[in-house]
Formats: sequence, structure tokens, C-alpha cells
Amino acid sequence: MKIPVSYSFRNLWTRRLTTILTLSGVALVVFVFVAALMLSEGLRQTLVATGVDDNAIVIRRASQAEVQSAIDREQANIIKTQPEVALDSNGKPQSTSDVVVLISLPKRSNNEPTNVVVRGTSPEGMRLRAEQVRVVAGRMYTPGLRELIVGKSLQQRFQNCEIGSTLRMGGTDWQVVGVFDGGRTGFDSEIWGDAEVIMPAWRRQMFSSVTVRLRDPQQFEALRQRLESDPRMVVDVKREKQYYDEQSKFMAIFINVLGTVVTFIFSFGAMIGAMITMYAAVSNRTQEIGTLRAVGFRRRSVLSAFLIESVLLAVLGGIVGLLLSSLLQFVSISTTNWNTFSELAFSFKLSPFIVMQALIFSLLMGLVGGFLPAVRASRLKIVEALRTE
Amino acid sequence: MKVFKLIFKNALRHKLRTILTMLGIAVALLAFGLIRTVINAWYAGVEASAKNRLVTRSAVSLIQPLPLAYREQLLKVPGVQSVGFANWFGAYYGDPNNFFANFAVDEAYLEMYPEFVVPPEQKAVYLRERNACLVGRKLAERFGWKLDQTVTLTGTIFFGEWDFVIRGIYSGAQPSTDETAFLFHWDYLNERVRETNPGMADNVGWYMLLIDNQANPAVVSETVDAMFKNSFAETKTETERAFQQSFVSMSGAILAAMEAISVVVVFIVLLVLANTMAMTARERMAEYAVLKTLGFRPFHLIGLIGGESLAIALGGFALGLVLMIYVCNGFATFLTSNLGNFFPVFELKNITIILAFVSALLVGVFAAIFPAWRAVRMRIADGLHRVA
Repeated sequence: MKIPVSYSFRNLWTRRLTTILTLSGVALVVFVFVAALMLSEGLRQTLVATGVDDNAIVIRRASQAEVQSAIDREQANIIKTQPEVALDSNGKPQSTSDVVVLISLPKRSNNEPTNVVVRGTSPEGMRLRAEQVRVVAGRMYTPGLRELIVGKSLQQRFQNCEIGSTLRMGGTDWQVVGVFDGGRTGFDSEIWGDAEVIMPAWRRQMFSSVTVRLRDPQQFEALRQRLESDPRMVVDVKREKQYYDEQSKFMAIFINVLGTVVTFIFSFGAMIGAMITMYAAVSNRTQEIGTLRAVGFRRRSVLSAFLIESVLLAVLGGIVGLLLSSLLQFVSISTTNWNTFSELAFSFKLSPFIVMQALIFSLLMGLVGGFLPAVRASRLKIVEALRTE
Repeated sequence: MKVFKLIFKNALRHKLRTILTMLGIAVALLAFGLIRTVINAWYAGVEASAKNRLVTRSAVSLIQPLPLAYREQLLKVPGVQSVGFANWFGAYYGDPNNFFANFAVDEAYLEMYPEFVVPPEQKAVYLRERNACLVGRKLAERFGWKLDQTVTLTGTIFFGEWDFVIRGIYSGAQPSTDETAFLFHWDYLNERVRETNPGMADNVGWYMLLIDNQANPAVVSETVDAMFKNSFAETKTETERAFQQSFVSMSGAILAAMEAISVVVVFIVLLVLANTMAMTARERMAEYAVLKTLGFRPFHLIGLIGGESLAIALGGFALGLVLMIYVCNGFATFLTSNLGNFFPVFELKNITIILAFVSALLVGVFAAIFPAWRAVRMRIADGLHRVA
């Protein structure tokens, strides 16, 4: 016969102080574990959302990021006129040649100059990204003029980015005329203007990248093979999603490695905490265990009762930790993404997979921490156990 | 001295519990040490920077180059001893994820870094050969590079395959010196850029100015920046330390998160020890009652409980210290294989150990407060009653 779960639960309740201390320990560990996972998930999601499935991006080979890349006009035209590129209603290719430069702007919070991306794009580019980016305040920049629109999250974080203010870059003054909402994409941390004005101001003849919409995502391979073997250019062709995924790689690995190593070590602390608590529980209740055994409960039942108690303790801690860390979803942080060398804002993201990982993690902590004490409880000899005071 | 014996014996009454608690504290302090070391590694560049070196870069952003022609003008600025320049090369070896710092530098730049120690005969060969390069000791170890070996790097900013012959392996004069850099002749870079992409030629990434010891860095910086004001390429000049600090502050949010985590660890340690002490004190209430009956004063009880708590905390610290020393070395290797040479300097610092020690002491004190308070406040009759 089994010992009811309520027995385990009540035991935890009786020794509230110890239970709360142990539970908080587990909760803190799970909190840190989940926070690290949420951070790298948020970073990844932000960058991946910047890409669109049926877009392909072309950059100079081995450039890794748009900032390092260079593609001249002739090459850009060749790329745009490939047969795989989708056409708009006027029969023009759906594509954009962008130029990407970095400028440093002072942050609002600490006045610290920080690198941000300035993207020179085109009217076609605005149409291509219409689903991700729309102007929410002020107006669109006028092609041919020194006008800029700024991403919403960038505007919140940096000085001089209000509508009507001027930014000095490339030796000239630029007017901020609008704010755009890039949703949860990397674009939200950028400044946009007209490529044809930005290029001469920076004395550049080259674009940074060419992005094209594919007629059919299946044709990506054909396009990639043709362009990468074209003798007139040395380029890498990537699916946009994959390109942005790679941009998050370094930071995501860093956060994950650090987060996993730290929580792995932390979890030992928490498991030991659970173990101490459970050992004490067993020794305090030796007589009780003897009684249970004497009235006919099997060794197995005692073992599982104590294991359940420990798992309950840990999973409750895990849930508390998860609740705490889910509050982090309201926090947005920004940091320099080392792949692009520019500032990117993103937020902590909780996913069902992370919740599952956290629960399994706390369950394991409970199992491992409670196993040895539970074994000791189940091995007690009835007579001796009853005789102890 | 009897008191110490009593504390010691008390601590060993539940051997398993005490050992587990110490282990828990040790492991958490290990995590603490590790996080602090990662944070310190971030600041390594700041610490390694010299006071008499200034960096002049484009005011627009770091990736915007400056014209080579500025060199002559910079040399005329009062207080400037010599001017070196460099370009970030940004190439990789083999796998694009194998990050390491590589730059093209001129001879003057090299002279400004006496902390890069190159054997004189190697340096002489390096200076003679156009496609020679100098590599850090740790970098050479990582890729298994030998002296006089030819290595090929793939450019990300300067396109193509680039061959170099390793003519020198330098080591750092201080522990904080970066031993993972790859340096080669700026002329070698510029020549090829002039052929393939003339518009980009004769540009430098940043200038390094060595100033006189008496010169005021702020005045020199202002003079330089004023000189190029309203030109096409405006400059921003700051001390090397401030320059390095700007890199660190780019990751400010991540660093803040890590600092927060290191505080969380201390709380976990506190929870583990407080739990143990609470259990121990509860079990011994009857004893404390007996002690009180015999005439022991409250401070005796506080001393007993606090002493035991401190003893366990310090035992945990000692164990944690041993772990820290071993794991930090292991983790350094682990980081290098996963993230490349992102942290050129990764060492456990004394200040980290001191911080861990202070945390352990504080935790020992705080964990004892609640049980001691209960023991002191307890009425003798209630305590004795528990026996029955």
C-alpha cells in the first residue's frame, strides 16, 4: 500500500522554516537558470524575427556581417535581375540594395557613446519590409534629402533622436523626421535613411548588401549556386533568417555557456541544501518511520514517500523560481552584439521549452538531493527505529 | 580554549550534515569566484592600458578610417613623442568562429608596446620581412603554430586569402598583457589594398600617440581634436584606458547581470548555512536550556552558535578556494575552445579570493543570528521541557 502524498506535503508544512529556506535556494537556482535561457532566447528571437523566410541576402564572401561587406552597383544589378527574384505589380524586382554604416551616439542613461547601425535603404526596401517596419510617428524620409527615421527602441535609448532634432554624421547635419516601429526585430535598434544620400555623404561607392524576395523559397538553392559561382562577384548568399541567426550566435553561445556552467555549479549547492533538509527530516522522524513500517507499509512506500517529499520541495522551488523569472519578461535590455559591433535591444523571452527545462531541472534536483536520505529512511530497522527517542 | 573545543565537537556531531553544508558553501563560492573572474577578464584590457598612450580615432565611429596624412600633423602636436597607427584586420584562421585579435601596425606602434616582449633576433627578422608577423604566445599555443611557419588567414574586412610567415612569438611582460594578438606590417596590408581597392588605401584605423610624461593627456587630446574639427574626418582622442573602457561598457548590461548573479550566489550560500544552523539549534534547545541553568550567559550561547556557524562557513571557504583554483584553469581552456580568444587574460585574482572570504564570514554571522536569537530568548523551562 502507498503512503498518501498528503503525508509528504504535511511534513513540509510542519517544518516551515527549513522548508522555506531550502525552497528559496532551489528557487534562486532555477531563477538564474531560466534567466540565462530567457536572455539567449530573447536575443535569438529578436534577430531571427529580423529575417523573413522567403528573403535571401547577398553579402561579399566571408564578410559575416553587413558592416564589413561591399557590393558595387553592377553586381547589385546582376543580383536583382536573377530569374528567381519575385517581381512586383509593375514588373520590377522586389529587392533592395542597402548600405550599412555605424555611428556612435550618446545613450540617454549614461551619456556613453555607443555604436548604432545606420541603414541606407530604398523605397523598394521599405516595401519589402512593410510587414516588419512601419512609421508610427512623424513621416517617412523623403528620398534625396538628408532625412532620417529612427527605430522606436533606439529612440527611447539614445539622445538627439526626437523628431525634429538634428544628428551630425559624415560631416553634415541630418534631420530626424519620423519614428518607425520595427516590432521585435533588430531593425528597431537602427536608424534608416536614403542609401543614395548616405553613400555620397560617407564617400562610399559600394552597397553593403542586396536583399531579394524569392518567387518561391524552394528556389533558394538554385539562386545561391548561380551567384556564388558567378565570376563577376565573390559573394555569400544566405537565407535572411539564417543570416540573422548567425548574427546572434556568438552572444547566444556566450550567455548559454556561462549560464549553464553557473547553474550547473549552483544546482549542486541547491541539491546539497535539499539533501541536508531531507536527512534531517529522516532523523527527526525515525520513530515515525518505524511506526509506519510496523503498521505494514513496505520499504518501497517509505522510499517513495520521502522521494516525493523532496521532489515536491524542489518542484515548488522551481515554480517559485519560474514565477520570479517570468517577471523579467517586462525587462528590456540592450547590449552590443559583437557579431555586428552595434547596439541591439532585446528582452527576456520565456518559451514553453524553457518552462519544461526548468521544471525537469528542479525535478532532477529534488530526485538527486532526496535519493540518499530516502534510501536511509527505507533501510531503517523497525525495532531500532521504534526504540529511538 | 575549551570553548573552541566545544564548538569544534559540536560542529562534528552531525558529520554528514556538516560536510554537506561545507560542500554546498564551497560549490557556491566556486560559482562566485568563477563569475567574478569572468567579469575581471572583461576589464583586462583596461588594466593593461598605459597612462601615457592616447588613442585617436574617427569621431563618427570606430570602423570609420582616418587618412594616413594625419600622421605628420599629429607629430607636430606639443607633448606628442611618437605616433603609431594600426588597422583592425578582422581575419580568421580556418573556421570563421575562431576569433582572435589581428591588426596591421607600423613600426612606431610596436615600439610603444614594451610589454610585448619579443626576442631581439626575432624582432630583427620581423622588421626585415614584408609578410612577417608576430603572434602572442597563447595564440601560437592554441593553433599549434611554430616559428617560421607560414599561416594563411581569410579576411572579412580586407577580402581574400593572406599569407604570413611567423617570425616572432611574443610574451607578455605582465600577467594582464594580452598574449593572444596577431600583429603584422601595415605596409603589407596597404600595398595589397592599393592594388585591389585603391579607394580604401592609405587609411588607418586609429592612431596611437605616445606622450611626454609631463604632458597633460586632456590638453593633448583637445589640441588634436580641435586640429581636425570641421574636416571630413573629425577625430576623437582619449586615453587608452578610456578607449578600452568604452569596449567594456558596450557589454554593460551583461556585466550588470553577472554582478547580480554573483550576489545571488552569496544568498544561496546563506540559505544553505542558515538552514543547517536552524536545524542544529532546534535540536539542541534542551542543551542550551541546561547551559543556561548552569549559569552560562547569553553571550556564551551566541558565541557557541556563532562560532559553529563561522567554523562551517570558513571550512566551506577553504574547500571552495581549492576548487576555485582548479576550476578557473579548466574553465579558461573551456572558454577558449568554445568562444575563441574572447578573453585573452583569464586568471583568478586575489581580490576575488578576498571577496569570497568576506562573503563567507558575513554568511557565517548572518546564518547564526536567528538561531542564536531563539536560543537566547528561550525560557529555560520550555527548553528543558523538550526533553520529555
